Amino acid sequence: MIGRWTTWAPLLAFAILLGLVATRIGKTEPPLPSPLVGKPLPEFALQRLDGQGTLTPEAFKGRAVVLNVFGSWCVACIEEHPVLLEASKSAEIVGIAWRDDPVRTEEWLDRRGNPYSVVGLDPDSRAAIDLGVTGAPESFVIAPDGRVALKITGIITPEIWRNQVAPLLERLK
Amino acid sequence: MTVEAGLFALILAAMLALLQALALPAAHLLRRPGIAGAIPAAAAAQALAMLAAMAALIHAFVVSDFSVRVVYENSHTAKPMLYKVAAAWGHHEGSLLLWATLLSLFGGLTAFWRQGLPAAMRLRVLAVQGILSFGVLAFVVITSNPFDRLIPAPMEGRGLNPLLQDPGLAFHPPLLYVGSVGVSVAFAFAIAALWRGELGPGWARAVRFWTLIAWIFLTVGISLGSAWAYAELGWGGWWFWDPVENSALMPWLTATALVHAVRGIEKKGGLEGWVVLLAILGFGFSLLGMFLVRSGVLTSVHAFAADPLRGVFILGLFAAIEGGALTLYALRGHRLAGRVAFAPFSRDGALLLNTVLLTVACGVVLFGTVYPLLAESLGLGRISVGAPFFDATVLPLMAPVVALMALGPLMTGGRDSLKRLAPSIGIVAACGGVGAGLGLIWSGAAAAGFGLAAAACGGVGLALWNARRRWTRRRTGMAFAHLGLAVALVGITGGSQMAAEAIARLPVGGAVELAGRSFGLVEVREVPGPNYIAMRGTISVTGAPDLTPEIRRYETPPQTTTEAAIRSTLGGDTYAVIGDPSPDGTVVRVFVKPLLPWLWAGSALMAMGGALALASGIPLTRRRG
Amino acid sequence: MTRRRQRLILLGVGMAAVALAAVLVISALGDSLTFFYGPSDLLARPDAATHRVRLGGLVEPGTVSREGTMVRFTVTDGKSSLPVRYAGVLPDLFREGQGVVAEGRLTPEGGFVAETVLAKHDEKYMPPDVAAVLKKNGEWRAQQ
Repeated sequence: MIGRWTTWAPLLAFAILLGLVATRIGKTEPPLPSPLVGKPLPEFALQRLDGQGTLTPEAFKGRAVVLNVFGSWCVACIEEHPVLLEASKSAEIVGIAWRDDPVRTEEWLDRRGNPYSVVGLDPDSRAAIDLGVTGAPESFVIAPDGRVALKITGIITPEIWRNQVAPLLERLK
Repeated sequence: MTVEAGLFALILAAMLALLQALALPAAHLLRRPGIAGAIPAAAAAQALAMLAAMAALIHAFVVSDFSVRVVYENSHTAKPMLYKVAAAWGHHEGSLLLWATLLSLFGGLTAFWRQGLPAAMRLRVLAVQGILSFGVLAFVVITSNPFDRLIPAPMEGRGLNPLLQDPGLAFHPPLLYVGSVGVSVAFAFAIAALWRGELGPGWARAVRFWTLIAWIFLTVGISLGSAWAYAELGWGGWWFWDPVENSALMPWLTATALVHAVRGIEKKGGLEGWVVLLAILGFGFSLLGMFLVRSGVLTSVHAFAADPLRGVFILGLFAAIEGGALTLYALRGHRLAGRVAFAPFSRDGALLLNTVLLTVACGVVLFGTVYPLLAESLGLGRISVGAPFFDATVLPLMAPVVALMALGPLMTGGRDSLKRLAPSIGIVAACGGVGAGLGLIWSGAAAAGFGLAAAACGGVGLALWNARRRWTRRRTGMAFAHLGLAVALVGITGGSQMAAEAIARLPVGGAVELAGRSFGLVEVREVPGPNYIAMRGTISVTGAPDLTPEIRRYETPPQTTTEAAIRSTLGGDTYAVIGDPSPDGTVVRVFVKPLLPWLWAGSALMAMGGALALASGIPLTRRRG
Repeated sequence: MTRRRQRLILLGVGMAAVALAAVLVISALGDSLTFFYGPSDLLARPDAATHRVRLGGLVEPGTVSREGTMVRFTVTDGKSSLPVRYAGVLPDLFREGQGVVAEGRLTPEGGFVAETVLAKHDEKYMPPDVAAVLKKNGEWRAQQ
């Protein structure tokens, strides 16, 4: 009779809804594409940590480098640090100390080793805004012509270095 | 240490929930009925354990313990204390913990509710709540542990988003959570009724009481959320039909229907099957809302960052809970069919029709919310369903709801006749006609809105007059709630149909005309704030104090926020925002929103009405019999 | 009134309400849906000019200009770009190089007039719609 099958209607409607939602799950995109990739690195002029003038993109023009945004306050950077130290034997890494106190940066590098060829200070996020930095660490692979070839958000793990960064640097040389 | 204690309390609560869920079947299987006696104690202990866990997390935020990952990611030492506390639930893990805590708390409180419920029903309700809690707690522990540590501990946190530092944003989500979690009690009662095969004494009263609590919190939470969006986002709008807003609206619509439908069976029975279904659907919508917000399947300004694993887990949880409940309903729902016949043309008939309309409106909201998924699955392209769709579908469905709300309380409980009702209809229609006539000055939609609001006021007045000799708290509560809806409708209609806006790039000294008033830009200057620099515009308004909207620039992290200046009077709002100043002037955007504050007043009235009706459900003095 | 008759009435009322809702939904779907396109998709569909659509993509750096109350910027998906005009105050999170969703119409001259411009609460997050458009046009580089 009427009552017998009407009680099934809600379950049926629910099953359709569930099926619909289930097909969509996981199809959403991971966040963070960078619009900078393929574009020239934005201009910046930062005080150098060693006090010898300013750091601008001119400083590493013509060479493929990794630009790494870090800070002594950043935990993930500690985790990333050994990878950079190891990598710095074969590649040039330029550091940007973001929202940091120069004394602390100095101390931090003294204690953990310095993988950077040069470090620029960005205490008030002047360069970080232009670079679209959302957090530290973040790294950019810069081609010799000054274009951004790759952006890595978060820690560069040994795998990422081996599989993405190192081959890319090799190609750019 | 408190962090570990929090994690311990969380796991303990999950174990207690499992005990609560399994004790009843175990007692049955082992033929040891005594085991079931532990259920209420387990429910209460689970609630305490969860309160402890939540307290531990809040403590970690208060003392800025950055060794806890979520604290590091979402807080900062420079944050004002209020926002440190609020940050405890301003992210996925914390908000989920709050959700689970509230679920346990409602479970623990139900354990103390006796009110003429047979033990067999009470224990079943608590067992169902144990299942719900265990599912959600397993989700928290497995995918979203808020007590994760970071080693080594960082010196400073990363969460200092100034846009999110707003009292409205800090406190409307917890209120909404209380509401949407509160619907779970009715759900547990519904499942227990299906399990037992009958509702039994005291059932309807308990469901009405708990659903009213949830409804009050949903009402307050939704209006605070709207008020926040209105004041803070600077768009001059207060409702955007955003998926997350919709997922709060859907439980509200079903809770409204449930509160009304359960009233019918409380007195004489009749619609048991329908009430049980509404209770199941209500919590289903709460769960769906939680899923939509956290899985990232829909685009929304409120969404938490997507995580497919969590999405799958939560979808599984949703499927198990709601699918299980609806299967049970499909198999046994017909057993609950009412034995008492009722007359279609009666107060109960009007009530029933309204619950059906509310549910259908809710279905339409659901359809509009998930339609983009449907369209994409069918290859129709990426579509977004926005305000025009909802305005064109939900509003026409709500119009008869308001009309019935005006007339229903005037009808008799038993079979009524058109002849008896005719004078009342005449009075209500006359009120409606006056309102509609006034509204016609602006637009047809304004006529409909003001007409319905006036008719509703007339209906409420008439119902109070009819009941003047039998005054009860419940009747007063109903009158308040219905009047609140009418007042809110006035605000909605005035704020949308009579609104005007103007936008201009003004030099200092320039002015723009709007609604017969002149808005002049007097000056724009820099004003330092505690952790930002503001560009403050001073805008003179004919016949009213100056408005001072701001643009605030924060240094760490670099961010700009717009602070709208709103001046509210009973007659309406004037609202101004400024854009970036530049050499050729400053963009000034002004809105006039007549009557909009009535929306907030109406929402408050609705919540007060709910509270009054709730008070009538608590026996303050023990009655005889 | 028998229970059977009562049930029939219930069912009838329910059906009528659902039918009313269906009519409303179908008529509303016809004219109030907003399709979501990236610049390339939109330019490839000349018929899109008649509808209200949502345009998603990235704000091309260096293209934001203001003139009176009018803001002009270009939305790009890496393949094509579309100039957008918008009269109003931009949302707080509007930035060059960031994802944006503009709702409005394509003009016969080929520009886009936005009525609303949306950006996200959380600046780390890319609206899924925008991400899908970028991915389709190869602007997307999945990281890690």
